[in-house]
Amino acid sequence: MSYFAGEYDIAVIGAGHAGIEAALAGARLGCRTVVFTINMDAVGNCPCNPSIGGTAKGHLVREIDALGGEMGKTADECMLQMRMLNRGKGPAVHSLRAQIDRRKYSEVMKHKLEIQKNLELHQAEVVAVKKDGEKWQLETRMGALYRFSAVIIATGTYLGGRIFVGEVSYESGPDGIFPATFLGQSLKDLGLSLRRFKTGTPARVLRSSIDFSELEEQCGDEPVVPFSYDTVDLPENKVTCHISWTNDKTKQIILDNISRSPLYSGMIHGVGPRYCPSIEDKIVRFADKPRHQLFIEPCGENTEEMYLQGMSSSLPEEVQLQFYHSIKGLENAVMMRCAYAIEYDCVDPLQMNNTLEFIDHPGLYGAGQFNGSSGYEEAAAQGLVAGINAALKIKGREQIVLDRAGSYIGTLIDDLVTKGVNDPYRMMTSRSEYRLILRQDNADERLTPIGRRIGLISDERYDRFLKKQQLKSQELNRLKTTVIAPNDKVNELIVSRETSPITTGVRLIDLMKRPQLSYEALKEIDHTRPDLDPNIFEQIEIEVKYEGYISKQLAQVEQMRRMESKPLPADMDYTTISGLRLEAQEKLNKVHPTNLGQASRISGVSPADIGVLVIWLSR
Amino acid sequence: MNDLINRTTIAAISTPMGTGGISVIRISGSKAVEIADSIFRSAGGKSLSQLSGYSALFGKIFDGAGPIDEAVVTVFRAPHSYTGEDVVEISCHGGMYVTNRILRIVLNSGAEAAQAGEFTQRAFLNGKIDLTESEAVMDIISAKGRAAARSALNIKEGRLSREIERVRSLLVDEAAHLSAWADYPEEDIPEVSSSTLEQNLNKAFDSLSKLLRSYDSGKAVKQGIDTLIIGKPNVGKSTLMNFLAGTQKSIVTDIPGTTRDMIEETVVMGSAVLILSDTAGMRETDDPVEQIGVEMVRRRLKSCALALVMFDASRPLDKNDLELLEVLSDTPSIAVINKTDLEILADINKIKQSASRFVYISAETGEGIDNLIGAVEELTGAAEFDENAAVLSNERQYQCASKAADSVKEALMAVSSGITLDAVTVLIEEAIQYLLELTGERASEEIVHSVFSKFCVGK
Repeated sequence: MSYFAGEYDIAVIGAGHAGIEAALAGARLGCRTVVFTINMDAVGNCPCNPSIGGTAKGHLVREIDALGGEMGKTADECMLQMRMLNRGKGPAVHSLRAQIDRRKYSEVMKHKLEIQKNLELHQAEVVAVKKDGEKWQLETRMGALYRFSAVIIATGTYLGGRIFVGEVSYESGPDGIFPATFLGQSLKDLGLSLRRFKTGTPARVLRSSIDFSELEEQCGDEPVVPFSYDTVDLPENKVTCHISWTNDKTKQIILDNISRSPLYSGMIHGVGPRYCPSIEDKIVRFADKPRHQLFIEPCGENTEEMYLQGMSSSLPEEVQLQFYHSIKGLENAVMMRCAYAIEYDCVDPLQMNNTLEFIDHPGLYGAGQFNGSSGYEEAAAQGLVAGINAALKIKGREQIVLDRAGSYIGTLIDDLVTKGVNDPYRMMTSRSEYRLILRQDNADERLTPIGRRIGLISDERYDRFLKKQQLKSQELNRLKTTVIAPNDKVNELIVSRETSPITTGVRLIDLMKRPQLSYEALKEIDHTRPDLDPNIFEQIEIEVKYEGYISKQLAQVEQMRRMESKPLPADMDYTTISGLRLEAQEKLNKVHPTNLGQASRISGVSPADIGVLVIWLSR
Repeated sequence: MNDLINRTTIAAISTPMGTGGISVIRISGSKAVEIADSIFRSAGGKSLSQLSGYSALFGKIFDGAGPIDEAVVTVFRAPHSYTGEDVVEISCHGGMYVTNRILRIVLNSGAEAAQAGEFTQRAFLNGKIDLTESEAVMDIISAKGRAAARSALNIKEGRLSREIERVRSLLVDEAAHLSAWADYPEEDIPEVSSSTLEQNLNKAFDSLSKLLRSYDSGKAVKQGIDTLIIGKPNVGKSTLMNFLAGTQKSIVTDIPGTTRDMIEETVVMGSAVLILSDTAGMRETDDPVEQIGVEMVRRRLKSCALALVMFDASRPLDKNDLELLEVLSDTPSIAVINKTDLEILADINKIKQSASRFVYISAETGEGIDNLIGAVEELTGAAEFDENAAVLSNERQYQCASKAADSVKEALMAVSSGITLDAVTVLIEEAIQYLLELTGERASEEIVHSVFSKFCVGK
């Protein structure tokens, strides 16, 4: 029995971090949008760590916010502790990370979806996606039939989800929610090629059963730096985390039971992430490491559940209890939820182009773990781009492609759709060749103008942005024109910082170029300094001190962008270009790059092949 | 499209190697004249920049130490040149060693080693080659690209490559450590100390400098076209080898002591100089020793410039022959059908279908050898055959190593100036990327891979 439930613009399948951004962007850009979630109480769920951000991920959150996405704002609202990681290692790798209240996060996000104009949130399992002329037809388990112009698949670990704990295995989504059982077949029928990936999560234990007395405590940073450029009321640090270590006993328990891990017994076929190994993986692969670190993190303000970061496992529950109890502080820990591994279906992202639309299926988009990535932030970033592009397409506007030189989001998507993935993809600063310009401090400069053009940045926010840019350029100008005359006080200060005194007048900007002299240090001799947002001082200082490196990267960017400005036809059959080597023909046909720059990044496409393409294009 | 190409000035040797009395090094691009002027002093004291197009000066080529060779240098002004850009051609005294040295000086003075088919590509993009010939241009670029890839594989086995590999792995280790330390700040990754970092960077810099000082491209490159004779056992490979080498034992080499494999002979065949290698018979075998030999031939096939693929006319084709037919499509090659003095039992048409060039010979009697020489001349004389690929691959590798050394030096300076390690990491990655350039791999992937294999990171 089925019935017609209505026609809308955009369907978003899944209300996780990708689905949320996709749906909000679509609705905010004026498209009538429906979000389908298998469980209304799992919107914006964080089934793994109770934190948002971290290295490179913090960059993504900043970028999402700069474009007009939601993750940063909600993370600020639900923050329990904030840290700026990597201070001292250089501005390119500074990254924000927030511990968050995961239930509150879910609730806030759900409410934001509920009150968003143009947006409906439905609890339903989508069982089929079919072409319906130029449109797409969706069917739910209850037999509701919908028609959409665009569909965004953001199924996370729900699609064909299967949980493993030791010898026990059953079909399930995360956190005991039921999985999407039928959709996978429907997608295969469309011709999408699916594969199995796996990931895992550690146990949650009862706070009052942990002995914190001998554990190292980790506090938040003061003052708190928020993710969002919109957050004015600075949130406060409310909780602390703790650090403990595994030991020989832990190792022995795990090794004694390793054959009972589904990973080692061969039950799991999915490919797990290299960077997120389970504790048994770490112990087997890094056998000479005497101990492994774990973090004990609170899951929220109104819960006693504590997350054991670093200790994910798929060993049997009884073994888990044994090895958790071997760890200092956890000797009497009460396990509230056991650790598990989860295997799920995802798509080969080479089938998409940089807009996240499937090359062979106009109007069909993918985002998040479905695309082979891992992590809340990676998912949200893709969801935002997929949502924006679905809406732009429906409105008859040109879709956007964020490039590698402009953002981590662009780097992430380009890596996925150009190189493909063999295991779940996590963002890292080392993945960006332009990381000295893709900093978390300048995300607004890089992306807010783009967000504004798309239509996701309000007048008020944009004015604020412009004002900030104006203040920044005034201040930069002041540094260039203010000359500091040599005198005893000035030189006393300069020499105290172990750098050579000045004998003639020196521009402020030249003093600041010296590594030893910071903005802060020059304060006493800089009498005309205006009172500005610390973020402006920070940005200027970075730009001045790293000028040489930044301009070098900008030159590389220019070269890359020249290549990227040469479009390749979308429907090209590369086997018809006889000058290309066979391997290049195959790879190009598989990836279908949108421009020469992307083509040059495909492994198996040589400079000579690019030479052939250049000639072919110029005919 | 033009904006993609005309930014750099490129150079390469544009005459066949080893033969003829004159070699020509061609430089093309906006800085061609400037670069040539910086290494050339004319007999009359006039500089090249004073010349109009289509004119030449006689004089000497200099490197830092002194004069290298006499040369006639011809200037072509854009757009009246082969590529449509400013072009300078340095004609010098033919010898391989001197020619390579001059190319090196040109490259050190600011030119880039030309990519495969790049002169032709520029000529086309600048409208110097008729649009209707674009197919042919693509074929040339493609064939030269293949030749470059083959020679890159070839030099991968060389000493320079091994040394570069060592430095690269040292730098990848360092970059992976820095990356793990930055990307996983809360894992117990050992702190990167700037003194160890400096030590390792110094080590890398010293290795690269030593390498660059001692490297002699003239000796690294074999003089002539790297040619394999292959075929199943008893097809007549050695007979052909002996015939060609025995009757024409005119080894032309101006480099003493060039080491060769045992069964290699340098042979002049008409206008072409071949370095001919006899190989083990290709056949399926269970004998482990023979298997090693056959595997070696397969590997060499991927890097050789030319293959003479022999078939026995007097026996029906078997599956070993069929495997060889596939070689014909992948490698610049000539099918040589031997033993035509005997009764013909092989399916000659099948060979003809796979081979674009084939000749009949009798290695025993010498009959048909002229046809073989003709075919070799024709193939090696064709526009798409790039016999300088090996020189250029070597030069490019040298230049890459040299740029990498610069990046490492810059990284060292950055460390000592106290700049944060994120900037240093970027410079180390730049060096790695230069060292990977010839194989087309990407530094970031190498490093990410190394992070996960060496460090126990993750939640």
